[in-house]
Amino acid sequence: MPLLEVDGLTTRFRTERGVVQAVDNVSFDLEEGETLAIVGESGSGKSVTAMSVLGLIPRPPGEITAGRVMFEGRDLLELSDEEMQEVRGDRIAMIFQEPMSSLNPALTIGLQVGEPLNRHRKMSWTESLKGAVGLLRKVQIPDPASRLQAYPHQFSGGMRQRVMIAMALACQPKLIIADEPTTALDVTVQAQILELLKNLTREFGSAMILITHDLGVVARYADRVCVMYAGRIVESGTAADIYGDPRHPYTLGLMASIPRLDEDTQRRLVPIEGQPPNLAALPPGCSFAPRCRYVTDRCRSERPALEAIAGRHMKACFANVSNRV
Amino acid sequence: MSQTASEPLLAVEGLRVHFPIMRGVVLKRQAATVRAVDGISFSLNAGETLGLVGESGCGKSTTGLAVLRMLSVTEGSIRFEGHDITALDKSAMRPIRRRMQMVYQDPFGSLNPRMKVADIIGEPLVVHGLAEDRAAYRERVAELLRLVGLNAEMGGRYPHEFSGGQRQRIGIARALAVSPALVICDEPVSALDVSIQAQVVNLFQDVQARLGLAYLFIAHDLAVVRHISDRIAVMYLGKIVEVAPRQELYRRPQHPYTRALLAAVPIPNPRVEAGRAHQVLAGEVPSPINPPPGCRFHTRCPLATAACRVEEPVLRELSTGHHVACHLAG
Repeated sequence: MPLLEVDGLTTRFRTERGVVQAVDNVSFDLEEGETLAIVGESGSGKSVTAMSVLGLIPRPPGEITAGRVMFEGRDLLELSDEEMQEVRGDRIAMIFQEPMSSLNPALTIGLQVGEPLNRHRKMSWTESLKGAVGLLRKVQIPDPASRLQAYPHQFSGGMRQRVMIAMALACQPKLIIADEPTTALDVTVQAQILELLKNLTREFGSAMILITHDLGVVARYADRVCVMYAGRIVESGTAADIYGDPRHPYTLGLMASIPRLDEDTQRRLVPIEGQPPNLAALPPGCSFAPRCRYVTDRCRSERPALEAIAGRHMKACFANVSNRV
Repeated sequence: MSQTASEPLLAVEGLRVHFPIMRGVVLKRQAATVRAVDGISFSLNAGETLGLVGESGCGKSTTGLAVLRMLSVTEGSIRFEGHDITALDKSAMRPIRRRMQMVYQDPFGSLNPRMKVADIIGEPLVVHGLAEDRAAYRERVAELLRLVGLNAEMGGRYPHEFSGGQRQRIGIARALAVSPALVICDEPVSALDVSIQAQVVNLFQDVQARLGLAYLFIAHDLAVVRHISDRIAVMYLGKIVEVAPRQELYRRPQHPYTRALLAAVPIPNPRVEAGRAHQVLAGEVPSPINPPPGCRFHTRCPLATAACRVEEPVLRELSTGHHVACHLAG
């Protein structure tokens, strides 16, 4: 049985411009210890998917209108807020993009890293702070015992993200959800943080959902990939499937539009034409149809379902496109 | 114009931009100095693209603003189209600014939300007195809109009606309005989604091919910089550590920092990534208030020797056009 099974998840928001279906019938699963990347551009629904799994959708204006999120034999969507609080930070932990706004500026690092131990493991504060020292050492913060009394503003961006990782790992979660964990960081610091995250999730046996827009990061760290566009998964598969044999026109378009360090620089980039989708006014058929170069009449009226191509490789597209000849 | 045939469009010599940190309320005194740019030299030819890369705090944006004279220069000289513009006052800078324009990172913050797009693009024409009459003005604005891939009718709308990529096109049209010889682009595509980034990168290349202008392209994304630049300068803590033609820099990086930067960028191909050694550069960039003595990179350099801690390396040419500031290179 997979560790996490998301089935038909649908999340809506009421906005001034009408009801926005941010996540639309999304299904995926995740095995123990596996790293799944959810890739997509802004507005693709990747972060809302994560927030829905974590039970962090603000209600109102948000509402999960359909779906199941099975985790360790329970449907997380059925849990009360109190029950969900027991799951978060213990069995499922999260790491966000901006460590400055997810750390409490008024509390010491020691209190924040020790808090999950005190709360979920029912350790005394003396024990929790001792645990915090060990965790800070694990994330390679130099001289951790002396840093317990420090406040977040005294740390650099990279160090704050290390603190976030220490907090996330405190209770040895089965699942870590990392939402753009390194987007705000410089490239050499990003490499440090991602290596650390990879090594520690391996050591702790945690599975990870890595949410990112960076196709390079995905290639380096993910076992499997879901590509999202306008609230839906348009293609999913192993990293080898998605990069070696992309089959959805959007995935193919993304691959052609990024400059790469390992290729000929004379190649002209092939952008995806058109503008990002307006979530409040999506077309009735395939959301990518207005920008797709393989579009047919059927795509404009009928919505393609996510279907298997081979093994675990799936796509939601009527056309049969491939970059292989 | 006093620019000679052999002289580059832009020549920056020994540029330093320092910011004082003041302490005290009544008796203000200078407590420290941020050495944002600390002695850099480079040149840019007409029609050329020079990429300026580095991590946050390396001084790349400060360099761009100093070249535009939007920040005061502490030391050094800036020559543009044959004129020394280092010490020109505001009114003397005005005709120079016609030849030198800027495209900003944030397509949301850099356009006045209360102005119609046509007025945003046309404002530089008015400021510099470049439109003879109303009809010529309107025609030029429409031409600029078409040049950046927008419809002339879109000029009647306000910035909020456009997506990020379209707003960046508007910012480019505004920069091009006065027919500059140099456009300084500060992270012009980093706020855009991947699929839109390529549209704007292609637009920069098309515009350059048509108008022959030069770009100082400041960015942290090495893949984008390599794609668009003829030559690339790598900055670290206020210094240029390496300059080379783009292929040379990526094929034969000589400075340990350049190598570390290139190794840190993940390549979007799992098969390539599986075969790469993920050597991670330790530590973080030190503060530009009190930069390390000797080579500024020595605190993080895996190869640093005793000499690197004391003696500051100067940029020297290893092969044609390839300059490195490292004691150990070559």
